Amino acid sequence: MTLLLKAEGLRKGFTLHLQDGVSLPVLEGEALELQAGECVALSGPSGAGKSTLLRCLQGNYGVDAGHVLLRHRGAMVDFAAAEPRLVREIRAETLGYVSQFLRVIPRVPALDLVVEAGVEREAARALLRRLNLPDRLHGLPPATFSGGEQQRVNLARGFGPAYPILLLDEPTASLDAANREVVVGLILEAKARGAGIIGIFHDEEVRDRVADRLHRVLPIGPTPATEAA
Amino acid sequence: MSALLEADGLRLRFGAAPALDGVSVAIWPGEVVAVVGESGSGKSTLLRALSGQITADAGTVHYAGQDVLALSEAGRRRLMRTEWGYVHQNARDGLRLGVSAGGNVGERLMAAGERRYDSIREVAAHWMERVELDPSRMDEPPRNFSGGMQQRLQIARCLVTEPRLVFMDEPTGGLDVSVQARLLDLIRKLAKEMGLAVFLVTHDIAAARLLAHRILVMRRGQVVEEGLADRVLDDPRHPYTQLLVSSVLAA
Repeated sequence: MTLLLKAEGLRKGFTLHLQDGVSLPVLEGEALELQAGECVALSGPSGAGKSTLLRCLQGNYGVDAGHVLLRHRGAMVDFAAAEPRLVREIRAETLGYVSQFLRVIPRVPALDLVVEAGVEREAARALLRRLNLPDRLHGLPPATFSGGEQQRVNLARGFGPAYPILLLDEPTASLDAANREVVVGLILEAKARGAGIIGIFHDEEVRDRVADRLHRVLPIGPTPATEAA
Repeated sequence: MSALLEADGLRLRFGAAPALDGVSVAIWPGEVVAVVGESGSGKSTLLRALSGQITADAGTVHYAGQDVLALSEAGRRRLMRTEWGYVHQNARDGLRLGVSAGGNVGERLMAAGERRYDSIREVAAHWMERVELDPSRMDEPPRNFSGGMQQRLQIARCLVTEPRLVFMDEPTGGLDVSVQARLLDLIRKLAKEMGLAVFLVTHDIAAARLLAHRILVMRRGQVVEEGLADRVLDDPRHPYTQLLVSSVLAA
């Protein structure tokens, strides 16, 4: 077994300065390990912090404490403490991410967006076709696409470059049954080549087919002392 | 690899008001850094201090190992003509209005040492094309061009010598929104193709998200927050950054 990612002691909260500095703790002492070839599904009630955890693992959110060690170029590096330049390098080579919604550079055609993620042009085209995105859309910027079509561009950007580690935030949320099947296939293939995947899957059927185990994220309850006050 | 440009502890006062209050920044080869903040926050002053156009009261600026503040005026001009580019908010500040469009591009090439007239004209035409201007109009004066076209001409003039570091001060300020979008696309494309390091001063958060790898947030002469572009915008820590981000409509 090869350890790909090990998060420990993660703490993350938000201080909302525009709302009188109210402070929202979300994660406390979160720990998680990911091995090559496995898929870990984050579970837990809505609002428990699954997406926050995923964003901390992706570097989009900075953590308040803890480490995210991940295997990059053969060595374990602390991603949570990495300089912006190293974060960019790791995202380009090691750590893929499929967000819930496509957020990309406007005015760039769908095919180019996939190529820019690091995929050969023909492979990008083939992947978009596999995701049932018709050829006539490949040359158009996704701004006018439906939610499902945009999400399939997003999926092609995530699955195209064969990242060793993939983070998936509800990858099938806006997809029909046929495309959901394609995504299940892509996840199983990624696992087979040794990729490690951490995902949030609201679709239980998809989750049961791809996940090797569940990692429960629980909301931080108010402490009894706070309740008494 | 080391930083291309590194500034440490820059301080500058205009009268009683601190314009730069202990600013330290660095930029690496190929990195696009956006400096955001409200008017008067010191972001344009920072750009001028980094490029040696004004001298800070205290602090150091090093470019590729050289002490920029210790350079002679001639040495600084040589850097400006070859290794650096500066794109002004107002194209008319960066162009020579009495010189043809092609001449504006070619002139900078000549200043960098090129003497063969044929190849200067050829390169100028090539650069007009690269910034999506019609090269057949190279003998026309800049005033015949629209604001957005003038800005593209200024960018061509600036990039023709293939600089490594480009300073841009609100390059899309004052242009129509549709023109801004095309210009941002062009800047993004050229920066990527040429591997440029860019210091971009802007108050446009959406432009910073689009172009920058890293963001510095300035307020009252200080850098109050800095980091990875998407993290600064999606997980802002400082009260001022939170205010700035919350003021943007769906960036």
